[in-house]
Amino acid sequence: MAKIIVITSGKGGVGKTTTSAAFASGLALRGYRTVVIDFDVGLRNLDLIMGCERRVVYDLINVIQGEAKLQQALIKDKRCENLYVLPTSQTRDKDALTSEGVTAVMDELRTEFDYIVCDSPAGIESGALMALYHADEAIVVTNPEVSSVRDSDRILGILAARSRRAEQGEEPVKEHLLLTRYSPKRVEGGEMLSLQDVKELLRTPLLGVIPESEVILQASNQGIPAIHMENSDVAEAYKDVVARFLGEERPLRFIHPVKVGFFKRLFGG
Amino acid sequence: MSFLDYFLGSRKKTAHVAKDRLKLILAHERDADGPDFLPALQEELLAVIAKYIPVDKENIKVSMERRGDYEVLELNILFPDQH
Ligand SMILES: Nc1ncnc2c1ncn2[C@@H]1O[C@H](COP(=O)(O)OP(=O)(O)OP(=O)(O)O)[C@@H](O)[C@H]1O
Ligand SMILES: [Mg+2]
Repeated sequence: MAKIIVITSGKGGVGKTTTSAAFASGLALRGYRTVVIDFDVGLRNLDLIMGCERRVVYDLINVIQGEAKLQQALIKDKRCENLYVLPTSQTRDKDALTSEGVTAVMDELRTEFDYIVCDSPAGIESGALMALYHADEAIVVTNPEVSSVRDSDRILGILAARSRRAEQGEEPVKEHLLLTRYSPKRVEGGEMLSLQDVKELLRTPLLGVIPESEVILQASNQGIPAIHMENSDVAEAYKDVVARFLGEERPLRFIHPVKVGFFKRLFGG
Repeated sequence: MSFLDYFLGSRKKTAHVAKDRLKLILAHERDADGPDFLPALQEELLAVIAKYIPVDKENIKVSMERRGDYEVLELNILFPDQH
């Protein structure tokens, strides 16, 4: 039986899709049969980040509306043997995603996969609620910035009250905090909330810290999930996140500023 | 901005302001939501009361409020007019 993980945040643009792609790829690299689902109906993007946009024929909504079989909509990843992508539709009909439909898709996927990763849309409306409803675990993606922290707190409250586990009185959704776009240098300068600050404010166990990095743009430009960007800090940081998620101990890395020489600072580099 | 500031960086240390503001607003918003058991408590109270007096779901309100050092659980029931 698969474990269902939602990647959520409340606030938009904090790195959910980037994280969904990297995290799902990481689980597959570790040998787990994994599927990553785009819940952002109308704003399909996971396909681009995964680099499979030209292979989309059917999507989640087609499956829900009975126009395609699940097997027809699943796209096999070209880099990882055990990974599949379930894209969403570009429809503007917000009611296309029904809770019965999502439940049916989850029930079918659950028997085939080890992990189901759900890339949530921003906000706290129906799309975000559907993405988190079935979750066993949640990764709350947060930037070290006031509005992101506040929205993460909101979404933590919603996970505790509106998920299937909450409604059915089961053990609560296991929550993880993932700090992304972290700039150790700005934290050291007292300009940015530190990881200790955010941990303390949100009272949620920290799964990892992903540094702010230009490699993310190089990755998205090419449709390569960040975890495949060899020798980069973000790839290493995402690998650590996957390892910790699987229960391994990994010390936090990339949380201290890299010392830059005087000349590099003077002339840029 | 002085010449030295330019090299040493003179940007304002504002992270602690962000943290203090968040502490206050999060505490406030968590209180406003009330504890998780309120909807369940409301359902159960309604079931018990309905055994004795007919009362609509809309006419029963349960809320939790902080007043100074106390938490107050407030229960409001509107009974239908008997006449
Ligand atoms: N660690 C990082 N360093 C630098 N840029 C990043 C990092 N993580 C994400 N970004 C950038 O931030 C932007 C938003 O990322 P992403 O699309 O993953 O966010 P999202 O939470 O899925 O957004 P939405 O709410 O719109 O779905 C993108 O331009 C992405 O390249
Ligand atoms: Mg997204």
